[in-house]
Amino acid sequence: MSSSTSGVVARLAEQLDPIRITPVDAVALEERAAALAGRSVKRQTKAALLDLAIRCMDLTTLEGADTPGKVRAMCAKAMRPDPSDPTAPPVAAVCVYPELVATAVEALGDSGVGIASVAGAFPAGLSSLDVRVRDIAWAVEQGATEIDIVLNRSAFLSGEFGRAFDEIVASKAACGTAHLKVILETGELGGYDAVRRASMLAMAAGADFVKTSTGKVGVNATLPTALCMAEAIRDFEDQTGRIVGLKVAGGIRTAKQSWQYLVVVYETLGARWLTPDLFRLGASSLLNDVLMQRRKLATGAYQRLDDFTID
Amino acid sequence: MTRPVPVPASPDLAVTGIEYAPAPESTDIVHLRDRYDLWIDGRWVAPADGGRMTTVNPATEEPLAEFAVAGAADVDAAVAAARAAFHDRWAPLAPSERAKYLYRIARILQERSREFAVLETLDGGKPIKESRDVDLPLAAAHLFHHAGWADKLEYAFPGRRPRPLGVVGQVIPWNFPLLMAAWKLAPALATGNTVVLKPAETTPLTALLLAEVFEEAGLPPGVVNIVTGAGETGAALVAHPGVDKVAFTGSTDVGKQIQRTLAGTGRRLTLELGGKAANIVFEDAAIDQAVEGIVNGIYFNQGHVCCAGSRLLVQESVAELVVAKLLRRIQTLRVGDPLDKNTDVGAINSRPQLEKIHELVAAGVAEGATMHQSACPLPERGLFFPPTVFTDVAQSHRVAREEIFGPVLSVLTFRTAEEAVTKANNTSYGLSAGIWTEKGSRILWMADRMKAGVVWANTFNRFDPVSPFGGYKESGFGREGGLHGLEPYLHLEGAW
Amino acid sequence: MVTDRLEVRKTYKLFIGGAFPRSESGRTYPVESADGRFLAHACLASRKDARDAVAAARKAQEGWVGRTAYNRAQILYRVAEMLEGRAAQFREELAVGGSPDPAAEVAAAVDRWVWYAGWADKFGQVLGTHNPVAGPFFTFSVPEPSGVAAVVCPDDAPLLALVSRVAPAIVAGNTVVVVASERWPLVSMTLAEVLATSDLPGGVVNLLTGRRAELAVPLAAHREVDVLDLTGVDDPAVRTEAERAAADHVTRVRRAEGPAAAWFDPSSQSPYAIADFCEIKTVWHPMGL
Repeated sequence: MSSSTSGVVARLAEQLDPIRITPVDAVALEERAAALAGRSVKRQTKAALLDLAIRCMDLTTLEGADTPGKVRAMCAKAMRPDPSDPTAPPVAAVCVYPELVATAVEALGDSGVGIASVAGAFPAGLSSLDVRVRDIAWAVEQGATEIDIVLNRSAFLSGEFGRAFDEIVASKAACGTAHLKVILETGELGGYDAVRRASMLAMAAGADFVKTSTGKVGVNATLPTALCMAEAIRDFEDQTGRIVGLKVAGGIRTAKQSWQYLVVVYETLGARWLTPDLFRLGASSLLNDVLMQRRKLATGAYQRLDDFTID
Repeated sequence: MTRPVPVPASPDLAVTGIEYAPAPESTDIVHLRDRYDLWIDGRWVAPADGGRMTTVNPATEEPLAEFAVAGAADVDAAVAAARAAFHDRWAPLAPSERAKYLYRIARILQERSREFAVLETLDGGKPIKESRDVDLPLAAAHLFHHAGWADKLEYAFPGRRPRPLGVVGQVIPWNFPLLMAAWKLAPALATGNTVVLKPAETTPLTALLLAEVFEEAGLPPGVVNIVTGAGETGAALVAHPGVDKVAFTGSTDVGKQIQRTLAGTGRRLTLELGGKAANIVFEDAAIDQAVEGIVNGIYFNQGHVCCAGSRLLVQESVAELVVAKLLRRIQTLRVGDPLDKNTDVGAINSRPQLEKIHELVAAGVAEGATMHQSACPLPERGLFFPPTVFTDVAQSHRVAREEIFGPVLSVLTFRTAEEAVTKANNTSYGLSAGIWTEKGSRILWMADRMKAGVVWANTFNRFDPVSPFGGYKESGFGREGGLHGLEPYLHLEGAW
Repeated sequence: MVTDRLEVRKTYKLFIGGAFPRSESGRTYPVESADGRFLAHACLASRKDARDAVAAARKAQEGWVGRTAYNRAQILYRVAEMLEGRAAQFREELAVGGSPDPAAEVAAAVDRWVWYAGWADKFGQVLGTHNPVAGPFFTFSVPEPSGVAAVVCPDDAPLLALVSRVAPAIVAGNTVVVVASERWPLVSMTLAEVLATSDLPGGVVNLLTGRRAELAVPLAAHREVDVLDLTGVDDPAVRTEAERAAADHVTRVRRAEGPAAAWFDPSSQSPYAIADFCEIKTVWHPMGL
């Protein structure tokens, strides 16, 4: 029935001008997220979910003190997260500042691990548009396959939605073939209604992914926020037929959190989104917890963090 | 440069989806007896005429235990015990001490909550998720809240001297067996009355387990007496001249019979009866949360809820959208083993109830409404019914008028707020209503016009011990919960 | 030549929808003074008159509850003003009817109107609550009028008892159908004249005179009657039959608590008398961003 339902919704949507943005009730949204968090996942599925979490991971380092050495080490971990277990899959991508893209390109070779870069005057994004667009283009030139930019919250929060929209359009153009992820910085938007509006705006402007957070502010990804964005993605598909990915980032440290996000995505958007093409977890310390849980599942014994490589 | 180790492809979840584990709650925690007697005057007493019934697990239809059927003599004994306890032990007790008994009971219930939750699910078929997260916490909270009223009643009714009524006969339903027991017992005991409680015949076990809690709390004998049985036992209790007040939750038909029974007797009565609530969705609503609210409104507890939002009134401009989202959502509901933590919709409480649902659903189809059902798999045995939605429903269809008391939603549309009010109130019931709109002034305008005792705006099926619950019109009279729920258990004397 | 002037007697009729019709049945019954003198023919209202009165009350209810509480307070106070102005007439009628202390009864009736008038914009604050629920919700409970009330009055204190039950009903926004004291109906019809000439909208109070035994049961059985006050029904058989009829549609049945003779006691006036004619509505709304 889902295909015909989507058809109905899509046809309906065409009559709406231009894109329908439904309000969000916070209490009910949070309650639904909490209910999904309580789902208990089958053991075999859990193993598959842990692997999926790794395959969907953007292994990230975004420190001012990042060096080529640090990035090379992270790339090694990205390609082979658990040296003692060859069945552990590589992550989806590494995520670095533009200046370190070249290092990552060299380190990752033809491993298939993607290179994401936070371009466009990350994390505030408040340089001139020209500077930001050139930053994006340069990161792509360096070899980035994915570009993570921030929504212009200054424009969005002051009601200049058109400007925020146009900037994303310009950024998308600068990306060329690289995928564009638009970070909404949901912790700064002031509520779920704004998260939903920002999601629709970014998707309509051409984002390939909408992403929760930079990891640089107090409130990062939360389960209800992810649910809110997933509902927006579902509505966007219903209304336009275009499929957009979701990236959650910031504050995700445990394997349990990662499969809660996967459950939210699954129950809201369906199995189709359970792939790195449409879902990403941006994290730095999450990987080792997933690896620990993975090994615990295989051996039955609880693990020690020191047995896993720090990068 | 490190070369990646080739890895075997992990299972493609994009094809298979996420499978949830059968995560059954262990039943080891529950120690069922083979047979239960009546609990009268603080003792287990065999029924005078030896009558017995069996309660079954509706998820398997396997028997759980035998319980006693109280006859007229047993009801007599229970009322006498309650009367003696009222005079000798409970009424003379300082209100602050009554409070402490209730606090104790609430605490023990919290301590044994998992045991109660599992038993509730075994006996009644509701998902463990609900008995664990809704019924038990609310039951304990109800007792805890009312405990604090026991010694503060004069502040609840300024200018009056509140005085208990005496012996209260309480007859409760099978949809929230323990919670309804708590709703009934807590205000009755806090106000200084003693009780004879009659649980429903398909779900007697948690009420009987409550007797153990009373024993552990040291509650004086006779303050609460529990008589099990079917309709005849209930009829004997409500007709008993030694009962000063009757409180009943159940069907409107039985409620009317009870009101007739008590006519002219001067004995007090409160009724909490059926409903056919309108859940009204406006075009500006938070649609995704409204869909969750619709789902919660009708599929919570398999729709065995008197205040269920069984009539969806959706504004025509968004009707197609809302229905499409709703039909997509019900596909993800998990129907099955009530003891499984992932189960959203459990077992239908009894075979007669399942047959009634089948009958009304067949009537809906016959009258020309369009039926949509979740394709979710149902267990091979036990009493189950898939989440069902009727569209193209007219106000005159049976599925729009009669209380189905099952997981069946009827969808109607409206054009204006005035029309929504008219349709919502066009029923002989008046228990609850839902309003979904982001416009504050419209919420208040609508809430003011709903002929319903509980109005949920941008939410549904919320309950709290401090929040009065009860109906307008044929949904009954009297309130349960909060300050308003105390009054039915008190004489409010003036200074004469 | 001087002759005593012949007094013009009043024809006592019913009071329905703001008008004074005769009973559709054409029936009357003689009313006598306490010492057995013929006073008047009162209308012997029929069940059809009761039906008309309920229809008038239903029609007036939405408008009456739609008034502001302040406005209802002023209208009720206006009734008290008009009552005071006719105090002598009421005293006289009560005296003829054998009232033990007509002056006290009239004074108490006026004061009771004033007392209840003042409750119009206050009972909600006393009978309503904010409910601090365990969750992110704002929850409140408010008293609302039940709708149409049928009030059957007793014979003792025929003016004061009527006022004591009707004032709390209408102050909350109900409209009422009143069956006046069967033995002493005339004073209630004089009250109707007061109501008709105050600012009370037609249909808010409808007064019937006649037999309690004949009127109580049809009123109880009428589905448009939301709440039934049987304070004045003293015949146990009639009371039982009326309450059974009420059960057919779960109509609330009320009765003033306390001894029958207590109408003069100040404690017989209470906001809980207003509560007798109210439903409690609870509204929930989430609080969130």
